[in-house]
Amino acid sequence: MIKTFAAGVALGALMFAAGAQAQDKPAELRIGISTFLSGSASVFGEPAKQAADMFVEEINKSGGILGVPVKVTYIDEGAGTEQLTTEYKRLAQDKTDVFFSAISSGNCNKIAPLAEDLKVINFMWDCGTQQIFEQGKYRYVFRTQANATPEVLAPLLYLLKAKPNFKTIAVVNQDYAWGRDSWAIFSAALKKLKPDVQIVAEMFPKFGAPDYSTEVSRLLALRPDVILSTSWGGDLDTFVRQASQRGLMRNSTFVLSLAESSLQRIGKDLPDGVIVGGRGDHYFLHPETRDDPKMKAFVEAFKTKTGAYPIYPVFHMAQAFSALQAVYKKASDANGGKFPNKEQIADAMKGLTFKAFGRPITIRDDNQGVEDQLIGVTKKVAAYPFPVIDDMMIFPSAKMMPAVGQTSEAWIATLTPDLVNIKADSFKHR
Amino acid sequence: MSAQTLALAFFDGVAYAALVFLVAVGLTLIFGVMRILNVAHGSLYAFGAYASVSLVTGIGLMGWSPWLAYPALAIAAALVGIVLGTAIETLLLQRIYAKEEALQLLVTFAVFMVLENVQRLIWGVQPYFIGEPVQLLGNISLGGIEYTAYQTLLLPLIAILVLFGLRLFLKGTLAGQIILAVTEDREAATAIGINAKKVFLITFIIGASLAALGGALAAPTTSILPGMGTDMIVLSFAVAATAGLGQIEGAALTALLIGLGRSFAVYLAPEFEVLTPYLIMVLVLLVRPQGLFARPEARRI
Repeated sequence: MIKTFAAGVALGALMFAAGAQAQDKPAELRIGISTFLSGSASVFGEPAKQAADMFVEEINKSGGILGVPVKVTYIDEGAGTEQLTTEYKRLAQDKTDVFFSAISSGNCNKIAPLAEDLKVINFMWDCGTQQIFEQGKYRYVFRTQANATPEVLAPLLYLLKAKPNFKTIAVVNQDYAWGRDSWAIFSAALKKLKPDVQIVAEMFPKFGAPDYSTEVSRLLALRPDVILSTSWGGDLDTFVRQASQRGLMRNSTFVLSLAESSLQRIGKDLPDGVIVGGRGDHYFLHPETRDDPKMKAFVEAFKTKTGAYPIYPVFHMAQAFSALQAVYKKASDANGGKFPNKEQIADAMKGLTFKAFGRPITIRDDNQGVEDQLIGVTKKVAAYPFPVIDDMMIFPSAKMMPAVGQTSEAWIATLTPDLVNIKADSFKHR
Repeated sequence: MSAQTLALAFFDGVAYAALVFLVAVGLTLIFGVMRILNVAHGSLYAFGAYASVSLVTGIGLMGWSPWLAYPALAIAAALVGIVLGTAIETLLLQRIYAKEEALQLLVTFAVFMVLENVQRLIWGVQPYFIGEPVQLLGNISLGGIEYTAYQTLLLPLIAILVLFGLRLFLKGTLAGQIILAVTEDREAATAIGINAKKVFLITFIIGASLAALGGALAAPTTSILPGMGTDMIVLSFAVAATAGLGQIEGAALTALLIGLGRSFAVYLAPEFEVLTPYLIMVLVLLVRPQGLFARPEARRI
């Protein structure tokens, strides 16, 4: 390390002496991105990779970041955490400047301490677990999006605003970390915000379960007012289709907090009036940004390239790239216009504000991004072969997460029903 | 537990068991005749599902009658069974019948891995869904609860047809008798002029087609996506092992047992849903290591 550094200094001095421009810019900015290219989570990973390729092409076409071209290497999270950490270390040794990792919360739990050990800048670009920054302090690890706490509270608050009189609720979540953790947050907050609600069934079918007939039968017999599921991908599609086919969606209000990512696949099988979200203010028809030329051009280009409209992981990827561009600019400005080193990047990340295709996002002192949350209900319209989101509300995330240094668990315990009056901006589909 | 819950759990259990049986019976048939545990059976299931997605979607695009989806499911299953079954048996399995079991297991596992990736190359990773065959048959109301006729009537009906069809074929036709003869004693059967090679090929194609049929019939009820074969091979192996490998009627009863166990678990102890099939398997194998329905085999010296 020291040797390389010394060599670098020597080389720099040489170049300076030779009268070259006095900027020790690298030949390229290397970025390592971990994403799911195999396994069921590739429904998120693949579109995000497609988007990343587009962003890199665009950045390089316009001269790179501070004049340095960007080069991306992908790691497949589908190959397992073991493989991920091996590849990650190899890329770090191979002078990768910035990592975007990971999608899976389990992988983030492993990667965050590893990045800190290796002293490499890491953006947690998609994983949801709120625990990492609540349980430890990091210098090199950042999250360029919200976390599970506001992402789960927003659909709950929407439900309480839209259907204040429900009495019973049941949950059907995938049996793994996200399914369990999201229900822990939701149920803890629900008990504080509306203590009289009765939880009539808690079901956690296997991750990747091919059949929910039994769960649907039980729910048909129980007739809960509300049915929550934070499931995603093929699991959510299967559950929704089986529920819809058998009339379950006529009797109960569904809250599907990740269904923004399934709308285009489920299509007409999703009835109107289902409460849906997409882990942030991610929506290709975002009421505030849909007419921005940049947004319009991107949505169109993405649709042409992949055949589908962008979904939330695509917007998460956009945020990581926006943060990258913003932080290099900020750090370079603070460095008198010279190319910043990683310590300067880490410093500049604090308080950084950047904007991709939604509202601006700010990085807090604990390195956590503050990102607003868009929730709405499904509605069929003539313009699209799948339901769009209507009666949207955008919730301010800053008021839906604990202060820096406090855990979500402790903060939720202090909540009162008053939080339901939180001010959210309302929008209709147009 | 009320009578209503009991009835609900029963209907769901039967529908689930029907699908599991179709896959497990192919696995157990192949093992019974060829003494090979075919891990690639899971891929054949997945290919059956993907092939039917392509066929049914194609029918939709051509604007043909949606009722053609039902024959399309059967055609997809037969196609996958014949094409892949023939390829796997003649190119690979034929060369390893005399080899150790561990090697045979590894080879079929390798085929499984290869096919998983081939499937990804052809169909990609996004989930597919073909709901038409389920929607066409509509719902039936049982005890005030809506069920799909497809899952509650059609699937169990097909499972029963396959069970009795296989029985009739093996016990009542010459071809079936020849298969049984090879199963009983391959050397003696070959000595009296039976072409064991052909018998193996035909058996494997039948078994492979049954796996593909399971996949094809599951396709309208679930999301078709990578990894679906893995789950099925584990579950159908649990069924086959609990019944005793090679036991066809046993596989049917065990599938029912496991299907019912699982659906009752959803009502009574949802946390145990995933575990139930394997708990049943462990309990059975502890008491009867050869499986519920297999006769203890006399060791040949």
